[in-house]
Amino acid sequence: MKKLINQVPSKSLKVFLGIAPFLLLVILYMMGSEARLDVNPNDKFLPSFSQIGDALERMALEPSKRTGEYLFWQDTASSLTRLGFGVLIAATLGLLIGLLTGALPLFTAWLSPLLTVVSLIPPLAILPILFIVFGLGELSKVVLIAIGITPFIARDIQQRTQEIPAEQLVKAQTLGANTSQIMIRVLLPQIMPKLIDAVRLSLGAGWLFLIAAEAVAATDGLGYRIFLVRRYMAMDVILPYVAWITLLAFVIDLLLRNMNRRLFPWHSQGGKS
Amino acid sequence: MSSDGASITPMIEVNNVWKQYGDNIVLENLNISVQRGEFITLVGTSGCGKSTFLNMLLGTERPTRGEILLDGKPIPAEPSSDRGIVFQQYSVFPHMTVLENVMSTRGFERQGITGYLWGASKQAAHKDAKAMLDQVGLSHALNKYPHELSGGMKQRLAIAQALLGKPRILLLDEPFGALDPGIRADMHELVLRLWKEHKLTVFMVTHDLKEGFYLGTRLWVFDKLRHDHQAPNRYGAAITYDLPVGQMDQTIYQQIDDQLRPVPEAVE
Repeated sequence: MKKLINQVPSKSLKVFLGIAPFLLLVILYMMGSEARLDVNPNDKFLPSFSQIGDALERMALEPSKRTGEYLFWQDTASSLTRLGFGVLIAATLGLLIGLLTGALPLFTAWLSPLLTVVSLIPPLAILPILFIVFGLGELSKVVLIAIGITPFIARDIQQRTQEIPAEQLVKAQTLGANTSQIMIRVLLPQIMPKLIDAVRLSLGAGWLFLIAAEAVAATDGLGYRIFLVRRYMAMDVILPYVAWITLLAFVIDLLLRNMNRRLFPWHSQGGKS
Repeated sequence: MSSDGASITPMIEVNNVWKQYGDNIVLENLNISVQRGEFITLVGTSGCGKSTFLNMLLGTERPTRGEILLDGKPIPAEPSSDRGIVFQQYSVFPHMTVLENVMSTRGFERQGITGYLWGASKQAAHKDAKAMLDQVGLSHALNKYPHELSGGMKQRLAIAQALLGKPRILLLDEPFGALDPGIRADMHELVLRLWKEHKLTVFMVTHDLKEGFYLGTRLWVFDKLRHDHQAPNRYGAAITYDLPVGQMDQTIYQQIDDQLRPVPEAVE
C-alpha cells in the first residue's frame, strides 16, 4: 500500500469523487424537504424542487404585475452592470497604480504607504459615507465595488511588476529604450495576463460588495431581491437566486480564464525568459 | 596590445577603481585600459568581483572610488545603447516571438513613447531582424516564443537582439554557463565570427578558464592579492594576470588553474 501522499485517483475515480458531494447535497436536501413538507405542506423553509421551479418561472418568464418587468432578468442586468463597471474601474486604476509603483521607485516611495493604509480600510465601513457623498443611486454601488477591490489589484500588480527580472529592464535600456517604452512595450504586455488573474481573484469580493450595497439601498438587483423576499421567508426565490449568482460567478471566471489562454499563449505555457 | 599605447587613446580607461559594499571590499585599485576591438575574457573564483566589474561597465553599478572613462569621458551611469549585454538568463522578452524580440531593438531606437513600429519602419525592421537572425542561425524559428527554444537558441536570440542595436561594446555575463559543452563550442565560434564582422569590443565573464584561454585576445584573471583569514572581506580582488591570448604556454595555464581552484572549470 502506497503512502496516502502518493495515491493519485484514476480518471474515473476523480470524476466520481468530484461529483459525489454535489449529489449528496441534492439528495440530503430532497430528503429534508420531503420530510418537512410531509409534516406541514405550507412549510416555507425547504421548498421542493417543483416549488422552486414555479417561483423561478414566475420571476423569469412572467412580467411582474406591478411594473410589467421580468424581475429575474431585470435584477440580473442591473447587478451585472454594477459589477461590470465597478470591476472595470478597479482594474484600470489598479493596473495604473500597480504598474507605476512597481516600475518606478519614485512612485513606490510616494504611493506605497498610502496604498497600504487604504487597503486596510474595511470598504463596508465606509458604505454610509458613499451613500452620503454619491447618493443612493447607481454611482455609490459602483464606487463601493471599485474602492473595495482596487487596493487588492493595485498591490498585486505592483508585486507582479517587481517580479519581472531586472535583466529584461537592463536589456531594453541597452537596446535604447526609454522609461515609457519599457513600461508600455516590456512591462505592460507581461502584466496583462496577471491583471486578468487578479480580477478573477477579486471577483468574489466584488460580489460581496455588490450584494451588500444592494441589500442596503436599491430598487432592483439580485442582492436587493434576496433581501426583499426574505421578509416573506420566500426560500423558493432565495435559493434559485443564490444558485444563479454562483453560476454567473463560475461562468465569468471561466470566460476570463479562457480569455487569458487565448490572448497570452506564452503566459499560460509558462514563458519566463 | 595589453597596455595603454601612448600613440592611441584607449577606448576604456579604468583609473584607481575600488568597489566596496559596507566593510566588504570587492575590488581594490584597478588600473587598466582597453583598446577598440579587443576581446577580453574575465575569469576568477565566485565572488571575486568580475561580474561587479562588468556591471560597472554596464552602468548598473558605480565604483566606490576612482573612475571608468569611455573615450575619455566618464562612462554613463545607466545602461545605454552603446553597450550591449547578454546575461546568463532572462535576456530576452518572453512575450515576444523570436522575430519580435529582435525587431523590438529597432522600436526602442526610435525615441517614441510606446516603442511600437508601424508601416515602413516596421517593414525595414522586419528585414533587418531576419538578416540578423540568419547570421546567428535562428531563421527556422522566427515565430517561436522564447520558452519554446533550447538554452543555446535563447542565447543566440539574445546576441542577435543586442547586435541589431550596433553597440560598440558587447558585454557577456557568463552567457554560456548553462549550456552543454557541444553547444558551447558552437556558441564560441558564433561569438568570434560576430566579433570580427561587427568590429566589436567584447568583455566576457566566464567560469571556464579554457574558454578564456582560446577565445578572444586578452585574458584577465581576478583574484585577491592579499588574504586575511580572520577577515576574508578585508581585502578586495585585483587583476592578477593580464595576458595576451595565444602567447601562453601550458605552465601558465596550470599556474592560473591551480590558483583558481577549487572552482570547477566546467559547467557549475
